[in-house]
Amino acid sequence: MVVARGGVVHATRNHTTGGADGNSTATSMLAQTLVVVPAFNEEATVGSVVHEIFANLQGVTCLVVDDGSADDTASRAREAGATVAVLPFNLGVGGAMRLGFKYGVRGGYRYVVQIDADGQHDPRQVMAMLAALDGADVVIGARFAGEGDYYVRGPRKWAMAFLSVTLSRTTRTKLTDTTSGFRACGPKAVQLFSEEYPAEYLGDTVEALVIATRHGCTVRQVPVAMRPRAGGQPSHNPWKAAVYLARAVVALFFALARPSRARTARNQ
Amino acid sequence: MTVALYILGIVSAIVTLGVVVELLRRRRLRERHALWWLVAGLLALVIGVYPPIVQAAAELIGVQVPANLVYFVSIAILVLVNIQHSAELTSLEAKNRVLAEEIALLDMRLNSLESPSAEISTDTTHA
Repeated sequence: MVVARGGVVHATRNHTTGGADGNSTATSMLAQTLVVVPAFNEEATVGSVVHEIFANLQGVTCLVVDDGSADDTASRAREAGATVAVLPFNLGVGGAMRLGFKYGVRGGYRYVVQIDADGQHDPRQVMAMLAALDGADVVIGARFAGEGDYYVRGPRKWAMAFLSVTLSRTTRTKLTDTTSGFRACGPKAVQLFSEEYPAEYLGDTVEALVIATRHGCTVRQVPVAMRPRAGGQPSHNPWKAAVYLARAVVALFFALARPSRARTARNQ
Repeated sequence: MTVALYILGIVSAIVTLGVVVELLRRRRLRERHALWWLVAGLLALVIGVYPPIVQAAAELIGVQVPANLVYFVSIAILVLVNIQHSAELTSLEAKNRVLAEEIALLDMRLNSLESPSAEISTDTTHA
């Protein structure tokens, strides 16, 4: 495969070194995997996250996208051995991820995994998510009630329940944690997201699923245990939670109401 | 209506039109953005020169106080211009975002080209 665009940074990695046994298949899968870590002012945690990724996922490339941080996020990530992309100003998680997907496509990576820089996501769970990409294009690492310490209540809980029910219907699979940023994408989704990845707040998690489904990608979830955030607990401020609910509803409504580009193209 | 008021109407319309045309002439304003302001300025000039036209239009539509028609049209134009600006702003933001992403990618590529040792180490990691 030859990438015609000018931004090719690495050689393409569609090599077929994987042997018959599962272990070397996993190894070759990891060699074709790009782990993207969107980071905004995460100098305290980004270094250990990168170390942990390299320790648990041998052979992956780790791209830290410094989303316009004012602190030392970029140099901490570089010291830890990550490839670092520095955005000139803050774009939000959606913008940082689209950059990650673009880098992935131009570098010829088949799989892109998103891991948050706050240490909430455990890289040891990535193998299970990559394995699940066998029958799906997007795999969500979902927080389950029983596993980990994550719980929510009030309007935030209603928002998440509403998003789960609606998106489960859209994607025709049971999703319990649609706002999870812990995701793995297969080749079809990587290509799609490098062109179309919503940058709006909540768009990167919610609308991305709608876009993927509309373009014929299949979505699955894999239960994972998540650790509490290193930098404080999720907000339980009821006003903020209510605003979150409202934004979730609006984001989802417009995601579903938006004319599909795939459909428009087919009609032409 | 006093003569002074009549002149004030015409002068303000001409000043508005003059500003728009001058900005266009100096390329400080693009035609697509100036369109609404030209329409509004011309409308004001026509009404300034011949005020009974407002009266006639108000009667035609059924607006009881002619001044209300003027307010309605003015506000409608301002609202439309605002919506257009919001849409333009959105598309500018989207382009801005793409540029930021491309700059970040180019910056990485430049760094890797300027430090060959880093490039070699990256290659061996993935070979």
